[in-house]
Amino acid sequence: MTIVLGIGFILMLIGFWGLLTRRNMIKMVLSIAIAETGLQLIMIAIGFIKGRTAPILDSEVLKLEGVLKVVDPVPQALVLTAIVIGVAVNALMLTFIIRLYQQKKSLDISDYRAMKW
Amino acid sequence: MIKRSISLLVVFGFVLIFWKMLTSWLPMTDLQGVAKEYVSREPEELGAINVVTAIVVTYRGLDTLGEVSVLFLAATGVAVLLRRREKKIKTGKTKRPSSEFLQTGAALLTPFVVMFGAYIFINGHLSPGGGFQGGSVIASAMLLLFLTFPGYKFKHTALNWIESISGASYVVVGILGILLAGGFLDNRVLPLGEYGKILSAGAIPVIYIFIGLKVGTELAGILENLKHEH
Repeated sequence: MTIVLGIGFILMLIGFWGLLTRRNMIKMVLSIAIAETGLQLIMIAIGFIKGRTAPILDSEVLKLEGVLKVVDPVPQALVLTAIVIGVAVNALMLTFIIRLYQQKKSLDISDYRAMKW
Repeated sequence: MIKRSISLLVVFGFVLIFWKMLTSWLPMTDLQGVAKEYVSREPEELGAINVVTAIVVTYRGLDTLGEVSVLFLAATGVAVLLRRREKKIKTGKTKRPSSEFLQTGAALLTPFVVMFGAYIFINGHLSPGGGFQGGSVIASAMLLLFLTFPGYKFKHTALNWIESISGASYVVVGILGILLAGGFLDNRVLPLGEYGKILSAGAIPVIYIFIGLKVGTELAGILENLKHEH
C-alpha cells in the first residue's frame, strides 16, 4: 500500500504543479481534479490493512468476527463524500469558466485582473 | 521566469512534506476506536451487510444530508449561471446527425443503463454500491442520450418534481427517525428484517433510493445545462 500512497502523493504534486504554472483555466480545473484523485487514493490507502477484505459482512464468519477480517470502512465512506463533492465543485468551476469566456472570449487567467491584488 | 521558480519552490516544499509523511507512515494493523465499534456493532444494530453504506446513511447520515445539499447548491449554481437566453440559442451551422450505429446503440442501451443504476442504488445495503453510484450511472445514461441526440430535451417539470420530492422525503424519513426511533436519520423506523435480504436494514434502502433519484436527476440537470451553451 506504500506504492498506492506514493502514487497518490505524486498525483497531488502533478495537480499542484499544473495549478501553479498553467494559464489556461480549463487546465487549472483539470489540475484540481488530478490533485483530488491523488487525495482520494491517499485516503483509501491509509484505511487499508494488509491481508484483509472489503467491509461487506456477507458471511457468518465475517459477521461474527468482522473486526479481525475487514479493512477500515470510515475512510471509504469519507472518500465517497469527497468524490461527489469533487464532481459538483468541478461542474461549478467549469460553469464559471463558461461565463467568463462569454464576457471576454479568453481562457487565459491573466486576462482577468479584476480580482488581482 | 521568476514566477516559475517560485512555483517550483512551492511544489518542492510539498515534496518535502509528502516525503516526510510517506517515510514515517506506519500501516494500520488493527481497527481502532470508532471504526472498530462500527464494524462490531453494525450487524445487530442496523442490519446492513455493507458497513460503508451503514456509515454513510445512518451513523454519519447528517454528513450525507449536508453532501446532498452541497450537490443541490452546486446544481442550482450551474443552472442560475447558465440560464438560457432564448434569443441567443440560434447557431448558424446545422450539425451533422450522429451515425446510425450510435443512434441504434444508444436507443438499445439507455434503458438497461438506467435499470443498472436503479439496481445499484436498491442493493446499496447488500453489495458495493449505493445512491450516489447508482445516480451517477443514471446520469451517464443521460450523457449517452445527449451525445447521440444533441437536440434531446428533458421534461423539466417531471425532473424537478422527482428531485424535490426525493429530497423532501429524505428529510421526512430523517425526522421520522426522531419521532419513532433513536434520533435524526435513525434507520430503525422500519423493522430491520432478515439479515441479507433486500427488504432489510430498516430505512437504509428507502433513503438510498431517494438519494439515488436525487443525485441522478441533479447530475442530469447539470449535464443538460452545460450542453445548452454554445
